[in-house]
Amino acid sequence: MAHVVIPPIRRLLTRWGIHPDSHKFPAAGLDIADAGLPPLLVLPLSQQAGAPARPVVKVGDHVLRGQLVAEAVGHVSAHVHASTSGTVMAIGDAPMPHPSGLPGQGITLRPDGLDRWVQRDVEPYPINLAPEEIARRVAAAGIVGMGGAAFPAAVKLALGQRSSIHTVILNGSECEPYLSCDDRLMQERAGDIIEGARLLLRATGAQHLLVGIEDNKPDAIDAMKLAAHPYPEVSVVRIPSRYPMGAERQLIHTLLGVEPPAGGRAADVGVVVHNVGTAAAVWRALRHGEALTERVITVAGGAVAAPRNMRVRVGTPLSWLVERAGGLTREPARLVVGGPMMGVAVPDLDVPVGKGASGVLALTVAEVGEREPSACIRCGSCVVACPVGLMPLEMANRINAGELGQAEDIGLRDCLTCGACGYVCPSRIPLVQYFAHARGELMARERERKRLDEVRELTEARTARHEREAREKAEMHARRKAERAAAQAAEAAAKVSATQEESA
Amino acid sequence: MEQMITAVMSLAAIGSGLGVVLGVAARKFAVEGDSRVEEIVAMLPAANCGQCGFPGCEGAAQAIVEGEASPTCCPPGGKVVALAIAGHLGITLGDDDMEEAPKIAVIEDAICIGCTKCYRLCPSDAIVGAMKQLHGVFAEACTGCNQCADKCPTGAITMQPLPATAGTWVMPKPVMAA
Ligand code: SF4
Ligand code: SF4
Ligand code: SF4
Ligand code: SF4
Repeated sequence: MAHVVIPPIRRLLTRWGIHPDSHKFPAAGLDIADAGLPPLLVLPLSQQAGAPARPVVKVGDHVLRGQLVAEAVGHVSAHVHASTSGTVMAIGDAPMPHPSGLPGQGITLRPDGLDRWVQRDVEPYPINLAPEEIARRVAAAGIVGMGGAAFPAAVKLALGQRSSIHTVILNGSECEPYLSCDDRLMQERAGDIIEGARLLLRATGAQHLLVGIEDNKPDAIDAMKLAAHPYPEVSVVRIPSRYPMGAERQLIHTLLGVEPPAGGRAADVGVVVHNVGTAAAVWRALRHGEALTERVITVAGGAVAAPRNMRVRVGTPLSWLVERAGGLTREPARLVVGGPMMGVAVPDLDVPVGKGASGVLALTVAEVGEREPSACIRCGSCVVACPVGLMPLEMANRINAGELGQAEDIGLRDCLTCGACGYVCPSRIPLVQYFAHARGELMARERERKRLDEVRELTEARTARHEREAREKAEMHARRKAERAAAQAAEAAAKVSATQEESA
Repeated sequence: MEQMITAVMSLAAIGSGLGVVLGVAARKFAVEGDSRVEEIVAMLPAANCGQCGFPGCEGAAQAIVEGEASPTCCPPGGKVVALAIAGHLGITLGDDDMEEAPKIAVIEDAICIGCTKCYRLCPSDAIVGAMKQLHGVFAEACTGCNQCADKCPTGAITMQPLPATAGTWVMPKPVMAA
């Protein structure tokens, strides 16, 4: 462990970020429970960042747990597997955990209760596999980043293989309030995580593995240190608890003292960051041949009777999870999938959880703490809180004035939409909502511009085709005319010679 | 007499001099105007549908450059094209000038007789179908130029807003009281 540079005090004294109430207990103090099998599962086709997966099963098919039901499309996408054995009931629109509340594509599965697996290929020593083979199997298992962003893990590995990576960082910060699924996983499955992380290390060709865990999780730190003990290349590092510590840039800076260039990636400084849950899933996939069909989720919030961390099948509806956590004690003011800061507010309990869902929260009015926004008093708190060093109030002003381009000029692209600024704002200005709006709007414009360009190309192609057809027609006409003229001339000539012969 | 000659000569000189100046100015001005019109034409959808009230996109571009028409005059181009043109010409657009969502053609199955009129008309090949068969619109390629709807003998085609999906949804801008 000797190579680790202890973070200099200067870095610990930087002021970015916030310290929200953690709300991690009582769930963090209880072991992970099994959520069991709900009567119906909905597997979202868009539960990963990137393109939606394409179904490869039909309605009525019987599938086994771990069987591929939808395949990745394009470069950034991930396979979806059946999370238990059962029958495909429907493929199409279903309620989804999306901020719009609009439905999305999903595969509805009715469990047969037997929970039978497909053929699983057990690999006693996956660490001996070639790096490419590790990446291939990670892709085949449909593993995505389990910290929330759900970026396909294999794509990240491929990115890493192309640049030279010296350090893999394992993100065990779990900085969002309420969530303790990573904490519990680290306490209960430290071995899986470390072994999985070593496979990630091998797949990227890096030499060091740094596990960053916030100091509010002492038991997790102990468990992980114990599991990492045999391996000199692995170091478990205690980092300060502060939101958003789990953001890639902030974590890298805290652990290594370097920062990726503006607009750059972690790989630009030779680093790749994976979540602890992802590492555990990689181990299950490579050692036991299990596709990603379940994950640990924190079910919590003031309106939940018995908050708990649960092992949950992908596609389980929120209603089932809330019921398993003792039901609701009162009408929640807000339902969230993910953490309270960056999660997705959903309209009802019908939506299913996907691979990226770290939490299911039913929050009370007091917890949401929503008040009518008032005018900005220019206190500058948001500027201090912003981990990226942006000026949230300025960006929001420009977005409010419809000047999205200007907002981009002053850093909208670098915004993590972490919500730290809105959290500290004494005027309760919904700053992040401005940023999310502006980003979405810019993306929509870009999409529409591309579409119009393509349509123009189609139009031009059509015009060119018509011109060519007209030209060809004219040419054919001319040719026919010439042929006819030639034929007539020949005929006439023949007649002439015939008469001449006759007369001769 | 001499006075008259001087007067005529000087007038002629002034006239031709001014003529040259005007000619040069006109050419210079014309070149500038033309290139701007061309640039705007390149930004318009090229549907030449006339919904802007001008004879084709070139007419619209001319009018926009001359300040006769707003960059928002082209319904198929919508917000994206309007913003691009406004940015190019240095015009500011009001936020509410263009609230309307883009529309596309939708063919009512029950009324379509498969006459292929729309199919032959569509400037961007957005309509699929064959003689005596039900026709359909490929939404991605439709600019909503309305030409097919105009010519459909049974009125089977209407322009409808693109359905909102989770993939195209945009978080609304917060409404602030202050
Ligand atoms: S949401 Fe964006 S602007 Fe606000 S604190 Fe986070 S990074 Fe900074
Ligand atoms: S924290 Fe709120 S009130 Fe203070 S400057 Fe930022 S936006 Fe204005
Ligand atoms: S409305 Fe738009 S696409 Fe149609 S002719 Fe006018 S400028 Fe061209
Ligand atoms: S389908 Fe109709 S409205 Fe759409 S581009 Fe073609 S002709 Fe225009």
